Amino acid sequence: MADTATQKPVPVTVLTGYLGAGKTTLLNRILSESHGKKYAVIVNEFGEIGIDNDLIVESDEEIYEMNNGCVCCTVRGDLIRVVEGLMRRPGRFDGIIVETTGLADPVPVAQTFFMDDDVRSKTELDAVVALVDAKHLPLRLKDSREAEDQIAFADVVVVNKTDLVTPAELATIEEIVRAINPTARIYKTTRSGVDLARVLDQGAFNLERALENDPHFLEHGHEDHVCGPDCDHHHHDHDHGHDHGHHHHDHGHDHHHDHGHDHHHHAAPSAIHDVTVKSISLRGGEMNPDRFFPWIQKITQTQGPNILRLKGIIAFAGDDERYVVQGVHMIIEGDHQRAWKEGEKRESRLVFIGRDLDREKIEQSFLACQANG
Amino acid sequence: MPTVAPFDIEGHVIATHFLGDTPFFATAAGELRRLDEGEKVTPLHAGMLTCIKDPFSASLLTAGEDGKVMRVAADGSSKLIAEAPRKWITVVAGGPQGAVGYAYGKASIIVLPDGSTKEFTEERTVEALAFASKGLRIAAARYNGVSLHWVNTNAPPTDLEWKGAHTGVTFSPDGRFLVTTMQENALHGWKLDGKPGEPRHMRMTGYPSKVKSYSWSPKGKWLATSGAPAAIVWPFSAKDGPMGKAPLELGTRANIMVTCVAFHPAEEVLAIGYIDGMVLGVRVGDGKEALLRRAGNGAITAMSWSANGKLLSFGSEAGDCGIIDIAA
Repeated sequence: MADTATQKPVPVTVLTGYLGAGKTTLLNRILSESHGKKYAVIVNEFGEIGIDNDLIVESDEEIYEMNNGCVCCTVRGDLIRVVEGLMRRPGRFDGIIVETTGLADPVPVAQTFFMDDDVRSKTELDAVVALVDAKHLPLRLKDSREAEDQIAFADVVVVNKTDLVTPAELATIEEIVRAINPTARIYKTTRSGVDLARVLDQGAFNLERALENDPHFLEHGHEDHVCGPDCDHHHHDHDHGHDHGHHHHDHGHDHHHDHGHDHHHHAAPSAIHDVTVKSISLRGGEMNPDRFFPWIQKITQTQGPNILRLKGIIAFAGDDERYVVQGVHMIIEGDHQRAWKEGEKRESRLVFIGRDLDREKIEQSFLACQANG
Repeated sequence: MPTVAPFDIEGHVIATHFLGDTPFFATAAGELRRLDEGEKVTPLHAGMLTCIKDPFSASLLTAGEDGKVMRVAADGSSKLIAEAPRKWITVVAGGPQGAVGYAYGKASIIVLPDGSTKEFTEERTVEALAFASKGLRIAAARYNGVSLHWVNTNAPPTDLEWKGAHTGVTFSPDGRFLVTTMQENALHGWKLDGKPGEPRHMRMTGYPSKVKSYSWSPKGKWLATSGAPAAIVWPFSAKDGPMGKAPLELGTRANIMVTCVAFHPAEEVLAIGYIDGMVLGVRVGDGKEALLRRAGNGAITAMSWSANGKLLSFGSEAGDCGIIDIAA
């Protein structure tokens, strides 16, 4: 008989993106390709285009603020109820996919899997996947904050419909996505043709796995990985030494700010101008835990509403193991991950993605936590 | 010494009820099992989400993933009350004069015996429904409070406001109080018969987890609840209910959570089910405990007393259920 206490948590993938970005196509691929896994799908509305699956639940977005005085502590009441119902019959599926509309805020969706004890005890958020329509992203960013939030909050960004834009436009889109979210993995596809192994079973919120393959934090392993503007990967470094913040890397020709003929730069500044999310990447030496923990607590308490995501690998002085942290708004989790490898540089890295973050203040206070600081 | 007749079924047991002296067990998969000189299994829903006993008649009301709302009589016969294709229906309520309420999304629908319906729409999702004991009046729990509607009038609802998500709702048997369970670890109550200016709200807090099971004592003097490593029993006999009073804590076990409570139909005796499958019977008067069932395979999710109060049925999330003969 099933012993529910020892059952492995069911992985949950959150799929965000605007109507027309290709969510339904991706969803149908997930449901129909032969990977031997069955999924329960929670959708906001049964769309015009059918989703071919036995277990689809319609659910109306119902955002609940938790009564703890924290404005960013929101959960999705509808998901709590549906997940409770689904988990009474766990044998029907191997994973849950939550599809959200283009207008949905991904944060309450994700927080539901951390803040509700019942949901948390039975499920595990695997990754937030954002689908982006390459053609229409600049327009979406102008229209709404949601498009930006979805990218900022994602672990995986699938830039879809790349055949509808020029290589130059595509490069601009990548630059924008990278500017919003330097830690996400970006894949470029047509017809939602991303390798499903890059979407499912990512363990993005699992402290043991979260940062292990993160391009921003470690070596660049994925063949279709796109490096970020502040990426220090050596093969990009040598060919341009100016401000990375306005640059992308996946292009064959050289360009500079003063090149009037460079067509990228006509589109990029205007679209980037619409971006309100900023990321702060911090890097330091070995940390003093007695300084670091109170600091991160204070930052997340005071800046929580402005922080969409945070991720980090921390080297503590005198500690032979890497310590990983991750957070959503005021929720923060941390744990030892694994021993530092031979020859691995013992440094601390932390990325905040959010709005209205005071880079200078955060950076100074972070560096003050260093053991030799 | 009580004896337990075990009766194990496949899957999560969402409810057990006696209709008269006949026990029923409902599974999440959608089967209703009726024990009456042998077991009769009825596949009632393609996935059952709720199964309650109608407080106003000897019948059960069920709803499921198939969008169907059904009424089941004591003889096991069932009748379709309503259907909302492709909707998951988790909320049903039984009312006076044969009325049935159900809800999905922001709408509550009341089906009257002649088949006519009445619909009320809230601004937020309806999480629970309950009928008042007198008059055809329904309470719809929702985000930030409860809306009370008279079914047969078009008067605007009486809105009882309290910040937060209200996930369950129940009237006290005498109709003087309305109590909700909340998304946070608390109950909230409203005194309905108060004079203007009198305090109206009752906050019942201090639970380590959500309250999912509650039961009124036979005359409504007590409200027992789950959500702590003891049954938390609030006194409701005073004019102002539990305001300013501490609750009783019955059947306290270190770190073993109470998941289900059910008051005896005549005595002030509470059946308490725990997360490990144990069931205790506890007398409110002196807190005296009797072990009714040892720990089992899963958390107790449902309990029900027979009309004569001699039998207690129970079910768990792991499918182990049974009937306890108290008198044996």
